[in-house]
Amino acid sequence: MERPDFEIVPRVGLVIVAVVLALLIAAIAVNELWPLAFLHFVGGAAWTIIDLFLGFVLGPILGSLSIPARIELTTRLMPKMVLIMPTVVTVTLAAGWQLGNHLGTVQSSYYLHGWTVASYIVVGIMAVIALGLLEPANVAVLVELKKPRPNPQVIERLMKRFIYTAGATGAMQIATLVIMAKLTVG
Amino acid sequence: MSERRLPPVTQVGMLSLALIVAGGIYLAAHLPHQVPLTPAILLLGASALLLGGNLAALARVQGFPWGRFFEIARWALLAYVVVAGMIEYSFLRDHVSGGALVVLTLSLVVFAVHVPVLIGFTVARYDTEESNTGGMPA
Repeated sequence: MERPDFEIVPRVGLVIVAVVLALLIAAIAVNELWPLAFLHFVGGAAWTIIDLFLGFVLGPILGSLSIPARIELTTRLMPKMVLIMPTVVTVTLAAGWQLGNHLGTVQSSYYLHGWTVASYIVVGIMAVIALGLLEPANVAVLVELKKPRPNPQVIERLMKRFIYTAGATGAMQIATLVIMAKLTVG
Repeated sequence: MSERRLPPVTQVGMLSLALIVAGGIYLAAHLPHQVPLTPAILLLGASALLLGGNLAALARVQGFPWGRFFEIARWALLAYVVVAGMIEYSFLRDHVSGGALVVLTLSLVVFAVHVPVLIGFTVARYDTEESNTGGMPA
């Protein structure tokens, strides 16, 4: 099975991740509204769009491609996802928590506290799915592709798991959007 | 595709993570009030037991590719220690202290160990001699 050479974790991407995490630490340290809101909104938008796009647009396309095309797309897409998803999730949640502290929306006295707790629950379920199924499948498919004789069945199984779980979290993102819209307008 | 018979590491791992998340939500939902820590401690204890059980069950698997497991899990551990460190920093920045800080910190330890175990396990379970040596047609 032919596949292009690739790095499981792109080294250049690690530099970008380090810069983003440094910005996150700085935003939490200064505890100013706009950098926290910026990181939370950008991270949240990226997380939502990527999940929905993978699950409902790219997933069905991937399934209809020939095996060599699928392998080629996978070897180009998945190393980037290894870095993008954990970074986006960490930035969204950490900046969001700090933003909630700043605005007082995480306090139990907040008048929409039930909505805030609902967001914790939705995010918690998405995190368990992402950490337990999506991320391991992402890494495993890349390790399989790096082997001298990758097993196409293993790759197909792992990619299905990745796309289905991305779709499931994408669907849950709609619930997050509903909650965040409610929290924003009150 | 032939597969080894393996314990349900992923399912148990996800349950363990769900318990950690439930404990975190319980504590976060009551801020800034002090709440009884017992439910969070029980959830953390159950989660840690599941982590221990997962490791014990894996240790009993004959011929499990530990080399591949540790090759992946150690880098994943490094990544998740960084993530856990950032969350811990956020707790300290928000002046979380006392029993709540201890429970949340131990929860982060379980999280930072269990996720790399799940990643290492998922990679290692598909590690076969055929795919590594190219001796068999794919």
